[in-house]
Amino acid sequence: MKLAYWMYSGPAHIGTLRVASSFKNVHAIMHAPLGDDYFNVMRSMLERDRNFTPVTASIVDRHVLARGSQEKVIYNITRKDQEVNPDLVVLTPTCTSSILQEDLQNFVSRASIETNSDIILADVNHYRVNELQASDRTLEQIVAFYIKKAIQDKTLDETKTKKPSVNIIGILSLGFHSQHDLIELKRLFQDLDIQINQIIPENAYVHNLQLLPKAWFNFVPYRESGLLTAQFLEKEFNMPFIDIIPMGLMNINNFVQSVQSVLRNYNCERNYEMYLQNQNQYVSQAAWFSRSIDCQNLTGKTAIVFGDASHAAAMTKILHAEMHVKVLWSGTYCTHDVTWFKSEVQDICSEILITDDHNIVADMIARTDPNAIFGTQMERHVGKRLNIPCGVISSPVHIQNFPISYKPFLGFEGTNQIADLVYNSFTLGMEDHLLDLFGGHDTIDVLTDTLSSNTEIIWSPQALQELSRIPGFIRGKVKRNTEKFAINKKTYKIDLDIMYEAKEKLGT
Amino acid sequence: MKSTQQSTLTFECETGNYHTFCPISCVSWLYQKIEDSFFLVIGTKTCGYFLQNAMGVMIFAEPRYAMAELEEGDISAQINDYEELKRLCLQIKRDRNPGVIFWIGTCTTEIIKMDLEGIAPKLEIDINIPIVVARANGLDYAFTQGEDTVLAAMAQRCPDRISKTTYTEKKHKDLILFGSLPNPVVNQLTSELSKQNISISGWLPSSRYSELPIITEESYVVGVNPFLSRTATTLMRRRKTKLIGAPFPIGPDGTRAWIEKICSVLNIQSYGLEEREASIWKTLDKYIQLIKGKSVFFMGDNLLEISLARFLIRCGMIVYEIGIPYMDKRYQGAELALLEKTCYDMNVKQPKIIEKPDNYNQLDRIKDLEPDLVITGMAHANPLEAKGINTKWSVEFTFAQIHGFTNAKDILELITRPLRRNNSLQQMNYNIDS
Repeated sequence: MKLAYWMYSGPAHIGTLRVASSFKNVHAIMHAPLGDDYFNVMRSMLERDRNFTPVTASIVDRHVLARGSQEKVIYNITRKDQEVNPDLVVLTPTCTSSILQEDLQNFVSRASIETNSDIILADVNHYRVNELQASDRTLEQIVAFYIKKAIQDKTLDETKTKKPSVNIIGILSLGFHSQHDLIELKRLFQDLDIQINQIIPENAYVHNLQLLPKAWFNFVPYRESGLLTAQFLEKEFNMPFIDIIPMGLMNINNFVQSVQSVLRNYNCERNYEMYLQNQNQYVSQAAWFSRSIDCQNLTGKTAIVFGDASHAAAMTKILHAEMHVKVLWSGTYCTHDVTWFKSEVQDICSEILITDDHNIVADMIARTDPNAIFGTQMERHVGKRLNIPCGVISSPVHIQNFPISYKPFLGFEGTNQIADLVYNSFTLGMEDHLLDLFGGHDTIDVLTDTLSSNTEIIWSPQALQELSRIPGFIRGKVKRNTEKFAINKKTYKIDLDIMYEAKEKLGT
Repeated sequence: MKSTQQSTLTFECETGNYHTFCPISCVSWLYQKIEDSFFLVIGTKTCGYFLQNAMGVMIFAEPRYAMAELEEGDISAQINDYEELKRLCLQIKRDRNPGVIFWIGTCTTEIIKMDLEGIAPKLEIDINIPIVVARANGLDYAFTQGEDTVLAAMAQRCPDRISKTTYTEKKHKDLILFGSLPNPVVNQLTSELSKQNISISGWLPSSRYSELPIITEESYVVGVNPFLSRTATTLMRRRKTKLIGAPFPIGPDGTRAWIEKICSVLNIQSYGLEEREASIWKTLDKYIQLIKGKSVFFMGDNLLEISLARFLIRCGMIVYEIGIPYMDKRYQGAELALLEKTCYDMNVKQPKIIEKPDNYNQLDRIKDLEPDLVITGMAHANPLEAKGINTKWSVEFTFAQIHGFTNAKDILELITRPLRRNNSLQQMNYNIDS
């Protein structure tokens, strides 16, 4: 057993449902107890979906526990087949149903005799994989199913499109800003004069999956979902894939160069140099921003990054190389993708944190005391408590991550958005600093807003007053350092002497 | 014409394929109500993910609840449950030092038959903190019934002897109220009863576990919410108390009937209630003008449906259907009788009560009936709005203050909000319906 208050990625079936419900005319049936269909609420609330989420539950109740599901699952599948006439029904096990060990595959085979729709059982183990891994696996499973079917029906068309073309793999519902990213990606490929063959699973029809091999290559924008599918297609059809997330100018440039070299292998010479130069210079303001005086002020500022592997790695690179911000440490909760993450960031930050325990992340933030945080909604709240500004760069998602206005993180427009995000996070800190220099705010209660404060420590009134004179943006740090210093000295009352001593010894 | 409307209520039962919250959600309001408690939900990532998302912002405020997340070793019984729970509970004791730990059993603990009730008494002695076990799982219960399982477990923990020092001569037998309500509502109902010279000798739950009410065989008990049938049963059968079967104090009509029933059982002459009710109705008039003659459809997910429907019919609305997860005709007997009488008084057809509804069928019926308002969960609200059907999110009724005379206005605030909103949106005549 594990004591847990919060988790970065959801249970496996959420990943499966995100994939299934992203397709058009695919229905997911969860084998689950009452109340587990919470996914529908998330879809309807967060994405403000106008349509009913195509997910229903075949309810596991006391009777099912006693007698098994028997005809219930089959009935629910055939009923849904008649009611909404889906192309595919994905039977989705939940953690509850997986310990019941009913032969769901048998239900699937029996039901598929009577239905017009195809039926598959999602192959996910709830106790071994999380939401992200499950989404990756489910997408691969569905693609493999339809490819195999097309091979059997002899309808598979492997002839490549006349012009260079790409499949975009792994755009899912409830993804972090992924709807906006998708628009930006479409624009990017249009600029590169590359046709988009298929986008999956978002708004895709399963009967179009057999067209996937017609593309020249595959593109996986986020490594969390889509890699398995790309690898499958590479193995089956020798299709190359690119898995560079085009977030930040350097990544975008690398991405475009990879596209160029993939095309070269098809004997299609393209030169995107002029295009890149033009974009870097005029469309994206990020490169100019790095040169401007504003950004000069960011030099030497510190930040930490935490999020899913794709976004955290890209953000670390942007901060380090494009804005010259010192990244104290960078981390991810994608514990299954450690090797890749480490290889991406190990040279550009001093420490790497791999954990899915938010307490460890919070403590590490408190200990390292960065000027800004770039993390998930959880880190935003840690930042609030520590009085450190935070920009949200990765899921877990929140209603705020479904803005109505256009806010991509990828592509050239994405670089503008990120520049704003970074700059706004730091200027807030600067304003605070300036306000302090020109008076005001000296009545702020300094005893609040720290995580590390230890109730055993007593500050003398004089020391507190002195502390309040220290500018707000480093006050928390001074307070924590002084307290740490006092604890090391086994003193629990902080007076002016201890404070000055700490200042001398620690140089704070 | 009237004779056709005298037909009694009809009950139907559908497939049970409906959307509702998992009963472990009761943790979110109970940990706030019982200030010295800690809730440990023993379940899987699925449970944790639900709580995390359902409670939104609250999760960041260091709530006094946590998941004991079961891992593969726990499921296959390779790990000793007792030792694991002991380890976690000691950690909770160290970090939070609560006055009581609630163990919330889930679907998984049911299926693997983890003997929580057996482990708790031993561990309680070992770590010296009371441990209360409630099986609030989705196999057996829906949403608010979670509170019912917790209160039923707490009812067994209430002390039973009146110590001599606190005993005073009373005008009536002990009266204990059960049901978790926000403290302002507790105060309002207490004062409402004290106007009738009734003093409440205890409330289950009180705001601290250490202040659980004394329950004796002489005590009378009365519920404040319609979903508390297990608690009522436990109080009657195990604690031998006498249950006052009354409608629930939701809406001025319900509140008055509730107080009158308590008075009559305790042999107290009530007074001034008719005027009090009438004066409340007067304040509701501007809302009633908005909803009079409008139709409403309850999809059913929180068991408040019968009481709310009864109140809305009294307000002049027409109720097409009352969906409800579970219908205890005995515990809700007085409420059902009041619903029937209200329909008769208001000269409207008795609505159909659909137990364990089927959401798909309901959406079909909604399409045919085109009600003015659908009271439903979040899963259906936005899609229905997109089809031009007004909705009110049902969960708000469980979190808003809706009990007593004072809060009748708040119910109608909620009910009329979509109607008021849409009145003001009318001038913006874009066709957004899909």
